[in-house]
Amino acid sequence: MDESVLFSLRLSLQVAIAATVLVVLVGTGMSFILARKNFRGKEILDIFLTLPLVLPPTVTGYYLILFMGRNGLVGRYLFHWTGWSIMFTWYAAVLASFIVALPLMIKTTRAAIESVDTNLIKVSYTLGHGELKTFFRVILPLSKKGMISGAVLSFARAMGEFGATLMVAGNIPGKTNTMPIAIYTSASSGDWSRANMMVIFFTLVSGAFLYIANRFSKKGF
Amino acid sequence: MVLPTGIGAQSPHEITVSAAISLKNAFEDIAKVFQERNPGAKVLFNFGASGDLARQIEAGAPVDVFASAARKDMDDIDGKGLVASNSRKNFAGNAVVLIKPANSNIPISSIEDLKRKEVGKIAIGNPKTVPAGRYAEEVLRHFNLQETLKKKLIFSENVRQVLDYVARGEVDAGLVYSTDAMVRSKEVKVVMKVPEGSHQPVVYPIGVIKGTKEEALSKTFVDLVLSQDGQKILNKYGFIPAKP
Repeated sequence: MDESVLFSLRLSLQVAIAATVLVVLVGTGMSFILARKNFRGKEILDIFLTLPLVLPPTVTGYYLILFMGRNGLVGRYLFHWTGWSIMFTWYAAVLASFIVALPLMIKTTRAAIESVDTNLIKVSYTLGHGELKTFFRVILPLSKKGMISGAVLSFARAMGEFGATLMVAGNIPGKTNTMPIAIYTSASSGDWSRANMMVIFFTLVSGAFLYIANRFSKKGF
Repeated sequence: MVLPTGIGAQSPHEITVSAAISLKNAFEDIAKVFQERNPGAKVLFNFGASGDLARQIEAGAPVDVFASAARKDMDDIDGKGLVASNSRKNFAGNAVVLIKPANSNIPISSIEDLKRKEVGKIAIGNPKTVPAGRYAEEVLRHFNLQETLKKKLIFSENVRQVLDYVARGEVDAGLVYSTDAMVRSKEVKVVMKVPEGSHQPVVYPIGVIKGTKEEALSKTFVDLVLSQDGQKILNKYGFIPAKP
């Protein structure tokens, strides 16, 4: 197993873990708002957040370039103020994975939060706990299974992200070539032995993560 | 060769031409002429990096004609016995140029200037699959800049993506064919043409794939590309005649 293969694996894990952490934090917050609050435009927000689930990754990548490219709607200000662009960095890979995995987290977590018996929440209030404390001590523990399953799906999706990642992070050996990208390059250049090695390794590592996560969600914490 | 039925099946008198993406504009024009002169015939194009296209053909893609931007990719499939005998010919050449975004303020007037710290990112084709990337690497090696510039290099999946990165200002400079720079001349500025001796001459071979069901029509297309009319169209887009 050579250095570049190990680098790609390490990078894929790094990107997926970073993206999943962000997805869990933002996703839980968003899911709580969508599950428990009512406001105008709520379902539009939900659709907006869920779109990357149904859009082809290349469309998602396109929008990311539109917003975050060096001359993008947001990117141009970022570049103007800091001289830095997210394009072609591993942060772009994290962003791409984050965007495409977030809907998975929100779908599962929102459903889990919505299924918490509202009586329990009301009881918590009558006992004097505020919204935040109720969230951590009542809602969160009861939504755990949904959240864990969301996190696992998000991690798996982040590990496998290719289309949008290639468009914003590019294919830079030693810098942004995650495993799916490295496999693609090897297959495109006829380097089948290296591609085989990576595919087998990647399948085993992903399978192992899923196994661990499934054990977790069955047994609970 | 068995053509798949169902989705993608060709109706009679269609040929599929896999061509290096730098040939896109010229070949689309040639196809129009071809279809006019051969009523009932249709050309389906498959543009991409020559390396990707060669892998597709090796994997059995139902391609009738292949035109690559370097000898290597044609050699790859020729070596596997996939090119119809005596059908392979060189039909064009090209020049490699250094380009930068049209509105760039960074002073780049030579290859050496790429060393400057203001130049942060340089796009070239992925040498593993893109001939333009291999030529670019040769140029950098010729100027002994390959190691120095390694950290600045961004690999693109094909030469038109290099062009796009430069046109959009995502990178500070790129190496493409002069014919590509012409296509987006308002968005990119040609700094210079790289010296001819700094890379292997750019040679475009074309060939008919062995086993095609449209051998005659494919040969007619190849002949058109090689003919005066075809060559005129290629010249219009900035291609130079093939070295014999």
